[in-house]
Amino acid sequence: MFDAKVTEMILVGIRDTLYMTVFSAFFGYVVGLPFGILLFITRKDGLRPNRIIYAVGDFICNIIRSVPFLILLILLIPFTRAVVGKSYGSTATIVPLVICAAPYIARVVESSLNEVDPGVIEMAKSMGASTRQIIFKVLLVEARVSLFTGATITTGILLGYSAMSGTVGGGGLGDIAVRYGYYRWQTDIMIITVALLIVIFQIIQNVGTRFSIHLDHRKR
Amino acid sequence: MQEIEIRNLSKQFDVKGHVVDALRGISLSIEKGDIFGIIGMSGAGKSTLVRSINFLEKPTDGQVFVGGVDLASLSGRELRKKRSEIGMIFQSFNLLEQKNVLDNVCFPLELAGIKKKEARKKAKELLETVNIADKEKAYPSQLSGGQKQRVAIARALATNPKILLCDEATSALDPQTTESILRLLKEINEKLDLTIVVITHQMSVVTQICKKVAIIEAGSVVEEGLVEDIFAAPKSDAARELILEKKVRYTPVEALHAHRRIRIVFNENSSEEPVIANLILKYRVPVNILKADTKNVGGKARGEMILGLPEGEKLQEDMIESLRKSGLTVTEVRENV
Ligand SMILES: Nc1ncnc2c1ncn2[C@@H]1O[C@H](COP(=O)(O)OP(=O)(O)O)[C@@H](O)[C@H]1O
Ligand SMILES: [Mg+2]
Repeated sequence: MFDAKVTEMILVGIRDTLYMTVFSAFFGYVVGLPFGILLFITRKDGLRPNRIIYAVGDFICNIIRSVPFLILLILLIPFTRAVVGKSYGSTATIVPLVICAAPYIARVVESSLNEVDPGVIEMAKSMGASTRQIIFKVLLVEARVSLFTGATITTGILLGYSAMSGTVGGGGLGDIAVRYGYYRWQTDIMIITVALLIVIFQIIQNVGTRFSIHLDHRKR
Repeated sequence: MQEIEIRNLSKQFDVKGHVVDALRGISLSIEKGDIFGIIGMSGAGKSTLVRSINFLEKPTDGQVFVGGVDLASLSGRELRKKRSEIGMIFQSFNLLEQKNVLDNVCFPLELAGIKKKEARKKAKELLETVNIADKEKAYPSQLSGGQKQRVAIARALATNPKILLCDEATSALDPQTTESILRLLKEINEKLDLTIVVITHQMSVVTQICKKVAIIEAGSVVEEGLVEDIFAAPKSDAARELILEKKVRYTPVEALHAHRRIRIVFNENSSEEPVIANLILKYRVPVNILKADTKNVGGKARGEMILGLPEGEKLQEDMIESLRKSGLTVTEVRENV
């Protein structure tokens, strides 16, 4: 259907899209998971209540989340350049993706931890568990299904955002769709990239959902 | 020796600017090896009290000594160590849903840093003790309430505690399961010389396994003593109400209102004599038996009866007097009960 050059471009696009999605999800969790745990334990009725830390964390979270991704992308250009040396291409896109995802992930993590039965936390305390032990041996274990579901949803969103970054030269399938579909009216390329994005999204969702069910020992 | 000593304990909660007095100057001594009941209506402060015994709730005032040690004097680390020597079980079992039975029992051992192999061995023994060894690979969602509580008991015993706190441990269970769990608690009390604190709102739980009981109402102890004594002759309104449980209140007999009601308790000396028959023969008036029951109080059979007496204050007084003479304890049952 397409010549070798276009096919190769699309293959590179797939690779770049997956690269951006996976790495931004990974680094997003590196930042967002501890951030979410911090929010959970410092809140008013948390394990280690701390008004100041919670208020600051909560504020940062809300501020970043209230800026639309495209604007964040542009705002962060100087910062991105400082970190990776350039402001376009897929590696550069990972920076704003992580910054956008981390507070979102923190909220998702916080709400997953909220679902853990307070009685179980109480039980662990009654057995002399430290805060650290409660986090690693109770919270993250009991909330793992919900955490994993959250991660699946987050990854799906990051896939969409990575495509969005194509409008400013972010690389990947979104970039191709914008360049060929929007500027050059090559509808066939546009359609194939969109179809590929849908397929990738479906794969992420399906694998994620299956794995969540597999992890869950509650209803069987 | 006093295993648990509570001195003048008070706890206040600050709820949206106003103060709730959950505990008001409670003092209790619980001896080693005892099964001590703490009974009261919902909201009386029972959970707050039992949570103070392992300092999950830090008191506003007063002291708690466990094994002679003032809990307030302990550092964070020392307190956690102390807590691991106090087992606790709950109404909602609080098992880890994502871990199987064996791993649940291993949990406190894991916290204590004990090697996995050793922990498993100990956990298997405990599952044997609580009679649920066949379920070690099952997950909590596959167990019944009674089985879950057995697992929770095994888990609470894993660190060889000296004390076991039970907060409404049987309140979510049906009567038969309750009985089997109580029997198990009694067994481990004897076998391990464990001090057990039983929190409940059900008198039947107290009469079944406790030696001593404290009755709490609105954050204060209103009556305390041997279960048989309080069961026979409750002094406080709260005790009377708890002893009668809901049965009498729900008796749809009009006579309940018309007559003066008394509660009599038979002990081993009195049960030989046909007391009620004698009473009727003597006064030649009918006596209404509103409720009759036998209960196992601390291993001894106790008969309990609620009588509706005929009208006439003089006659009523005479009858009560005569019942007292034949060695029975008589208590009034108030109209409002
Ligand atoms: N964490 C808390 N914050 C505010 N009020 C509380 C808290 N825990 C208990 N209380 C109040 O203290 C009283 C006693 O509660 P609780 O000890 O749970 O009673 P019980 O276990 O006997 O039902 C109740 O009025 C309850 O509302
Ligand atoms: Mg309670």
